[in-house]
Amino acid sequence: MGASSHPTAPGKYFVPEPSKWPLVGSTALLFMAFGAVGSMNSLGWGWWSLGIGFAILLYMLFGWFGAVIKESEARLYGSNVDISFRWSMSWFIFSEVMFFAAFFGALGWARLHSVPDLSSIDSKLLWPNYAGTWPTTGPYIDSPFTPMGAWGIPAINTALLLLSGVWLTLSHHALIANNRSKAIFWLAITILFGVVFLALQVYEYIHAYSDLNLKLTSGIFGSTFFMLTGFHGFHVTVGAIMLFVVLVRLMRGHFDSKHHFAFEAAAWYWHFVDVVWLGLFVIVYML
Amino acid sequence: MASIPNDHSHDHGHDHHDHHPTSWTRIFTTTNHKDIGSMYMWFSFAMFISGGIMALGIRAELFTPGLQVVRPELFNQLTTLHGIVMIFGAIMPAFVGFANWMLPLQLGAPDMAFARMNNWSFWLLPPAAILLIGSFFVPGGAAAGGWTLYPPLSVQAGMGMDMMIFAVHIMGASSIMGSINIITTILNLRAPGMTMMKMPMFAWTWLITAFLLIATMPVLAGAVTMLLTDRHFGTTFFNAAGGGDPVMFQHIFWFFGHPEVYIIALPAFGVVSQIIPTFSRKPLFGYASMVYATASIAILSFIVWAHHMYTTGLPAAGQLYFMYATMLIAVPTACKIFNWLATMWRGSISLETPMLFCLGFLFLFTMGGFTGLVLSLTPVDIQLHDTYYVVAHFHYVMVAGALFSAFAAVYYWGPKWTGWMYEEKLGKIHFWWSLIAFNVTFFPQHFLGLAGMPRRIPDYNLQFENWNAVSSVGAFAFGFAQIFFIVIVIRMITGKSGIRAAAKPWDGAEGLEWTVPSPAPYHTFETPPVVK
Repeated sequence: MGASSHPTAPGKYFVPEPSKWPLVGSTALLFMAFGAVGSMNSLGWGWWSLGIGFAILLYMLFGWFGAVIKESEARLYGSNVDISFRWSMSWFIFSEVMFFAAFFGALGWARLHSVPDLSSIDSKLLWPNYAGTWPTTGPYIDSPFTPMGAWGIPAINTALLLLSGVWLTLSHHALIANNRSKAIFWLAITILFGVVFLALQVYEYIHAYSDLNLKLTSGIFGSTFFMLTGFHGFHVTVGAIMLFVVLVRLMRGHFDSKHHFAFEAAAWYWHFVDVVWLGLFVIVYML
Repeated sequence: MASIPNDHSHDHGHDHHDHHPTSWTRIFTTTNHKDIGSMYMWFSFAMFISGGIMALGIRAELFTPGLQVVRPELFNQLTTLHGIVMIFGAIMPAFVGFANWMLPLQLGAPDMAFARMNNWSFWLLPPAAILLIGSFFVPGGAAAGGWTLYPPLSVQAGMGMDMMIFAVHIMGASSIMGSINIITTILNLRAPGMTMMKMPMFAWTWLITAFLLIATMPVLAGAVTMLLTDRHFGTTFFNAAGGGDPVMFQHIFWFFGHPEVYIIALPAFGVVSQIIPTFSRKPLFGYASMVYATASIAILSFIVWAHHMYTTGLPAAGQLYFMYATMLIAVPTACKIFNWLATMWRGSISLETPMLFCLGFLFLFTMGGFTGLVLSLTPVDIQLHDTYYVVAHFHYVMVAGALFSAFAAVYYWGPKWTGWMYEEKLGKIHFWWSLIAFNVTFFPQHFLGLAGMPRRIPDYNLQFENWNAVSSVGAFAFGFAQIFFIVIVIRMITGKSGIRAAAKPWDGAEGLEWTVPSPAPYHTFETPPVVK
């Protein structure tokens, strides 16, 4: 799949050869979708289908990204392809912003509209004793919980992510200055901070479930809390994987001071995840 | 119309660049924008037939009062899947297919910016289609709460709804990747000299459509994800007992759903903006104002969503705001309509099939726009909400708007794709047959709605019988017209007209796509042309 039979002359735009990876990826998603449907509806084959789909997806990710890396290292991507990558990564991050916007919107709607409405005079007949104070399980779920305080683990996590952004910038500057070992060092530190962030988040979830009685089923607070932080945690995981791939490539001698868009794309993504966390910290934990 | 008779051997498409894979794996692995564009179109037509069969099931049931053909549960599944399949399976992929084929040709690019991802955008659609069509055959059947997937019905439904949710996720991923590809192609792969304000209108409308898709598809994905967790993981986003709100789903859904209307309409506007100047033999009137009108429509589409929700108990101030904001969209839309009319004014117009479909579009889309204006009025909408008047309104926009312009695009660019002219007489029969059948189907639905017939109901009061019978007859006639359409297309592909298409088969046509031979060689503009 790697090298093209249309050698990319200067000024020509690189168009890849036919590739099996899109079809492999679609097959993976078909298995995963049926697997998710099956497992959620307690059908025996569901988990099998999910597992097979996930395995095919991993195969596709390794194969497809491997092909792209090979093409990149063969210098098949001209400056014009580089601009395409920059546009596309920017628009992809914009789409992720809108994905988070849906969940932030849900939290805003619940706090500003639906919870006050359920405790208003209009709802007194249905829920006479509902006070409608945030945080809440809603009027009909009787399972009191303690909300997650902002100044424990979440504050530490904020510091971790902000610092990781600094380390990542140090690594980037080192790469631009052609100081590879320094770039590798700071990138590894960045990933380490990301992993510690995730570990603390897992600890926080265990703490919420076992000590605070704060669960996904704790009404609208639990729903929005776990959806927003969980979706963010998933993005941190993806970002850390991206940075890890970049780290491995750095160690293998890929990239130079000018030619390293994979590094920059992963860095953009990491900073995006960082900014989302700041929004989460203020809106979910502090307010 | 300039065309070249068959006896002129005109195979200059087959130079040494025109090598393409011949193996059967080509359709799975191709990275060629022309292959992928054609695959999108065939997929779209297959979904169009599937959704059409569902529509005919609905119309067969509604031919007379009482329950004759389908059970009420199946009826609800048919209305739900008809909507989703037609929007996500038929209309959107058709225009993505045109974009794939035509944007590189119009912009002077060698291919789409990300040729391999382009293939994945397409190949995500068949799994989604398998999930959607397959959901009819699982216990409990397909999703049946309407294409808008409103809770609480969608939370209570069976596993068909889960299949719908994952199909929406997969189609959303396909749309986002396709849109990123289209935006990047337009922004970065234009030939030297092709400035933004020299781009064909079709490229402009797709640029703005792709922006709308990237901004709204993730929001829909978020909405259905919350549905999924409400269904299976005990969250209460849309459940008042847990402090949530079913109306919240409607807000999030329509934040996607209203821009979606323009995602469907804008590329159709782009097609019409190419065809009307060609057959009027005049440049498009008011090009810059067309660009600004398109952008205005896109921006306004984000701030009018609650006009779908007038009956949910919005505060009066909210109703007034959404009413006036909605009416505002009529201004840029009318700007477009008048520009098309001004383009035709004193042009030397000829009425080949693409132009006929555009004129049909112009007249019927304007009617759909007017009924939209009627529905934007809150007090009127409260009467007409969820009646057949709404059904008539959006079918004038979706069928006579988007679908007619898709037909126009196939007749207009088909010669470029296939190298053969279609048979003009058959094309004209297809147009008049579709136009009449369409109006017989949907015009009476205005009367039914005004008289109070609700949508999504398999049985109805006797007073609605006559117009329902007329509408059902029209629907079957419209369906058969589309079988006729595919016959015309296959005859075009196989060269049954005996008339080879010239590089520029329409003498009024402008643009880079007409500078390459017909059929367009497998690889075009590997070295970009220079635009003056």
